[in-house]
Amino acid sequence: MANILEDVGKRTLNELDYVGSLNIQLWSTLGAMKKALPFVGNRYRWHATVRQMLQIGYDALPMVSLMAVCTGFILALQGASELRRFGALHYVIDLVAVGFTRELGPLLTAIAVSGRSGSAFAAELGTMKVTEELDSLRVMALEPIEFVLAPKYLAALISIPCLTIISTLFGIFAGGLFMFFSTRLAPLMYFRYVMGSIALRDVITGLIKSVAFATIIAHVGCLEGFRVRGGPDSVGRSTTSAVVKSTFLVIVADAIFTAIFYFTVKL
Amino acid sequence: MPIISIRDLVVEYDGRRILDSLNLEIERGETMVLLGGSGSGKSTLLRQIIGLERPRSGNVIIKGVDITRCPPGELKKVRRSIGVAFQSAALFNSLSVADNVALPLREHTRLAPSIIDLMVWMKLAVVGLADFAKLLPQELSGGMKKRGAVARALALDPEILVLDEPSAGLDPIVAAELDELILLLNHAFGMTVIVVTHEMPSAFRIADRIAMLHKGTFISVGTKDEIRASQDPRVRNFLDRVPEDIASAAAVATHFEKYLHSQEAHQ
Repeated sequence: MANILEDVGKRTLNELDYVGSLNIQLWSTLGAMKKALPFVGNRYRWHATVRQMLQIGYDALPMVSLMAVCTGFILALQGASELRRFGALHYVIDLVAVGFTRELGPLLTAIAVSGRSGSAFAAELGTMKVTEELDSLRVMALEPIEFVLAPKYLAALISIPCLTIISTLFGIFAGGLFMFFSTRLAPLMYFRYVMGSIALRDVITGLIKSVAFATIIAHVGCLEGFRVRGGPDSVGRSTTSAVVKSTFLVIVADAIFTAIFYFTVKL
Repeated sequence: MPIISIRDLVVEYDGRRILDSLNLEIERGETMVLLGGSGSGKSTLLRQIIGLERPRSGNVIIKGVDITRCPPGELKKVRRSIGVAFQSAALFNSLSVADNVALPLREHTRLAPSIIDLMVWMKLAVVGLADFAKLLPQELSGGMKKRGAVARALALDPEILVLDEPSAGLDPIVAAELDELILLLNHAFGMTVIVVTHEMPSAFRIADRIAMLHKGTFISVGTKDEIRASQDPRVRNFLDRVPEDIASAAAVATHFEKYLHSQEAHQ
């Protein structure tokens, strides 16, 4: 019994330590972000931010777009198979448009980026830790949070909402394809129905979620990298852990945000 | 007044004492070699000197500033006067050799890019890497990487140069070249040089004084001749390459007894 209690206590303390570390890292990064900004910040840091934006956003574009098209198509097909029975096939448009704008656009993008870039952040920082590159930054009077993390976080904050918008558009486009082939609905009519079914608050809540997901992915990935201890095998473990934890936290955050928006914004 | 004073320094990891009440003073312009076997605490002492870790007790005073107690801003200032070349070289793999050397100049000075390029070329020329400036670290040999790390450590013209195992893993000729480079830096630029090594030929070639570590304590500190003449059995064993008695029957029996005691304590 004592062992179980000890184990529960230890795990609780570890989790609290993790959340605390994330919190401290987030505030330190916010303080250091100014130097990663264009014009007012350090120009080399801004170049690093642009490089990161290309890696997180531009390089992920084909994958995210394809995922969104497939998911949009699946959602339309599954929705249509049920709605057809009630003669309400046109509700597929609402289902796809609202579903993607509020929910699937941000979530799909976050899961794709978490797998691509969250793991890359953990691997990069973990390798830097193992090869003493982080120590060499510190002895050069450069803080790793300012030098490595701030450009990544800023890039994620810009790229992930942009990717979210693009994935939402592709998801809605897939719904349009389905409607065209199943009911011969003209693209222009489909566009009008879509515009009628989504409201500005749907777009805003979707973007708020994507900013929160960007924060989770960047910080969990980097924290896992910073926490690497030992040799190269621990880099592999931290990479896996970054993907698992960030995906889990993204889904938890999504549930929390959806509940908040449901009860406050009255979606 | 010494440029570095180490006073009653105690370092512990998980309750295990690694450095025990160390005292050492390093004068401006001298080459101090920290000599000792594997696990003697050399690298731990070096990490204390460059402020990467905090001790359990004691002080490390560099240019009048106690870096174990000072605020982060002051620590950064002190670090700018120290150049460090790590054992693994720790060059940034994503940057060319020239960019590695330029990094501290770009971050800590407001020099024009053309001046930075000139300074980088000069530093690389000093270590004999001027023709390899555009190469990435993974395209260099072990000795070239170490020289690249020295060039980066020299970038801000530090008053103190710290080198961790500069000749480890290098062939005798490259190791000798590095020794000559250290001597040149010390004589030509008047730098205070601290070298951590367990290579005796190298230590006796470059040192003004040698501090010999054994199991976390200094067993002898003195000039090369004083160390050579030492009659301390631990110093003699190291200099005369006498192996420790780890595989004798008595030693194995002692270890086994310790193991049994620890198992009993667990139960």
